[in-house]
Amino acid sequence: MALDRWIALILLGFCLIYGYAAWFTMDVGLAPFMKRNPIWPSTFPKILSVLGIITSLIILLAVEKGEQKVSDIDYRRLHEYKLGQAILLLCLMVVYAMCLRPVGFIFSTSTFLIFGSIILGERKWYFVVPIALIATLFVWYLVQEVLGIYMRPFPGWLGG
Amino acid sequence: MLEGILLGLETAFSIQMLLMVIGGCLIGTFIGMLPGLGPMSIIAIMIPVAISIGDPAAAIILLAGVYYGAIFGGSTSSILLNAPGVAGTVATSFDGYPMAKQGKAGKALTIAAIASFCGGTIGAVLLMIFAPALSSVALLFHSAEYFALMVVGLSAIAAFAGTGQIAKALLMTVLGLMLGTVGEGTMFSLPRFTMGVMDLQSGLSFVTLAMAMFALPEALFLVLNPPKPGSRKAEEIKNLRITREEAKSIAPVIARQSIQGFFIGVLPGAGATIASFLGYAVERNIATKDEQDQFGKGSIKGLAAPETANNAACTGSFVPLLTLGIPGSGTTAILLGALIALNVTPGPRLMIDEPQIFWAVIISMYIGNFVLLVLNLPLIPYIAKILAVPRNYLIPYILFFTLMGAYIGQNNATELLLLVGFGVCATALRFADYPLAPLLIGFILGGMLEDNFARSMQLYDGIAFVGQRPMTMILLAIAMLLILLPSLRSRRAQMRRKGVADGD
Repeated sequence: MALDRWIALILLGFCLIYGYAAWFTMDVGLAPFMKRNPIWPSTFPKILSVLGIITSLIILLAVEKGEQKVSDIDYRRLHEYKLGQAILLLCLMVVYAMCLRPVGFIFSTSTFLIFGSIILGERKWYFVVPIALIATLFVWYLVQEVLGIYMRPFPGWLGG
Repeated sequence: MLEGILLGLETAFSIQMLLMVIGGCLIGTFIGMLPGLGPMSIIAIMIPVAISIGDPAAAIILLAGVYYGAIFGGSTSSILLNAPGVAGTVATSFDGYPMAKQGKAGKALTIAAIASFCGGTIGAVLLMIFAPALSSVALLFHSAEYFALMVVGLSAIAAFAGTGQIAKALLMTVLGLMLGTVGEGTMFSLPRFTMGVMDLQSGLSFVTLAMAMFALPEALFLVLNPPKPGSRKAEEIKNLRITREEAKSIAPVIARQSIQGFFIGVLPGAGATIASFLGYAVERNIATKDEQDQFGKGSIKGLAAPETANNAACTGSFVPLLTLGIPGSGTTAILLGALIALNVTPGPRLMIDEPQIFWAVIISMYIGNFVLLVLNLPLIPYIAKILAVPRNYLIPYILFFTLMGAYIGQNNATELLLLVGFGVCATALRFADYPLAPLLIGFILGGMLEDNFARSMQLYDGIAFVGQRPMTMILLAIAMLLILLPSLRSRRAQMRRKGVADGD
């Protein structure tokens, strides 16, 4: 089974859960006066769940025939690409998301940019570090001073 | 109309607006040249900046400038490096790159600049003529028709997705609509599908979703599949002049493609990519035999056609956005989201309620096209240098800007985790060749679709409005046809092919 049909299967599951929530659990807490309305909060989701189930079944059962197109990257040969780098970068993004508030913008961002370059194979420290620091300070200044959006620059214990 | 134009001139010619246009075009051109960053990603990144400007006219002018700039910048990298940064400029590389290989890079870039300028400008004239007419028709529409119209728009987007893709595009649209139901709806202040998570109460942020659908997968694709080393460096660019004969031969191409591109752009779901491919195909078909052989080997007609068409289509896609409030493409969907965030609801009332915004956008299109031409002709040789930024530096910064875009809008770290999560899902969907733009369009239209549906249900006390309003019925029938026709046709073609094979 091709990847697109596996994904259709997952989406079918998603639609079923969504449909279950819409058909069976959403109307429980509905106020009596709202029940006299021709439209309930669950009406639209109910329709969507049916449509979603139908379309995902069409893909799953391959009713609609189309030529197989390989996108820019052939997932069947995924291991030949730089998968490790991509996963490491994603992890780095998650760590960054967790650290942004507690550690402060300047430290977490410059670390993110430096490690990002290192993960991609850059080894020229004397370029990476200054560029990351300049970019971080520039963006912080732009966001904080020009756009007026508060960003905690330093960790909390430094009074940032 | 004259009054409106004057109002637009007054608004658009203030120093602030001129700076916005110039800034937008510059940013768009530079980022658009980076392979993998299309107008959608760039606009998504620019939204927080635009929203914090506060003035809706300035914001949309900035974003529109970025849009044209990105399309133009994309053509630069397709011509010089055969690396189209934007889907809409893929057709440009068919003939642009061969020209560059023959040492005519300068001429190719000049033709691209002039073709873009003409396409954009003629498109803006057509927009000025057609938008007011369309919006006066649109005023006759009630909520029932709006509901039906949005259904037509969504199904058109699916129908134009191509053979074998319709079900996928439909599923993505439905998924987008589903994601749009998360949070508290406007009609009923009841939290839906929040799973008890407080951060989901206000719904998913569309900037996060836009970043996750477009910018993040693009960046991940760049990581996974780095461009091969040894790809050509931009050679010295000289000989920018076009001869008189060349100008004569591309003039009719530009005229035809401006009009064709504009009307393709008006259709929901078509957009610049389809316009450029169709423009290339049409010009190739109507060219003489000798010229036809030139196509694909450095024909100036083959370069001018897609360049004109994609710029005219960009302008055309503003028509449904400004008059009906229905975005025809992913990019205009993002623009619509930005406008809603600025408290402006595009639609037929926009021209009446806020004429200064409507006309300023149109006038700024002329300024934008002019600025692009003036900026790009002399800058062409230097612009190409940005392509040399090493990928090791580029990618972390793209990722960082995506994260910032999502964070600044909401000031909420959960948003960043959602971004990464959705981004991974979107990358998987792209591997399996699912189109992602329908998902975002569904998400953005979802709220309005449900509101109009709920309003007509309440007015007619049930689903009866479909039968009582003939216009609604016709529109819904069109939507059905749009979905069913292409799949029926492909099915018939398949049966016929099968029949022939059996006969053998």
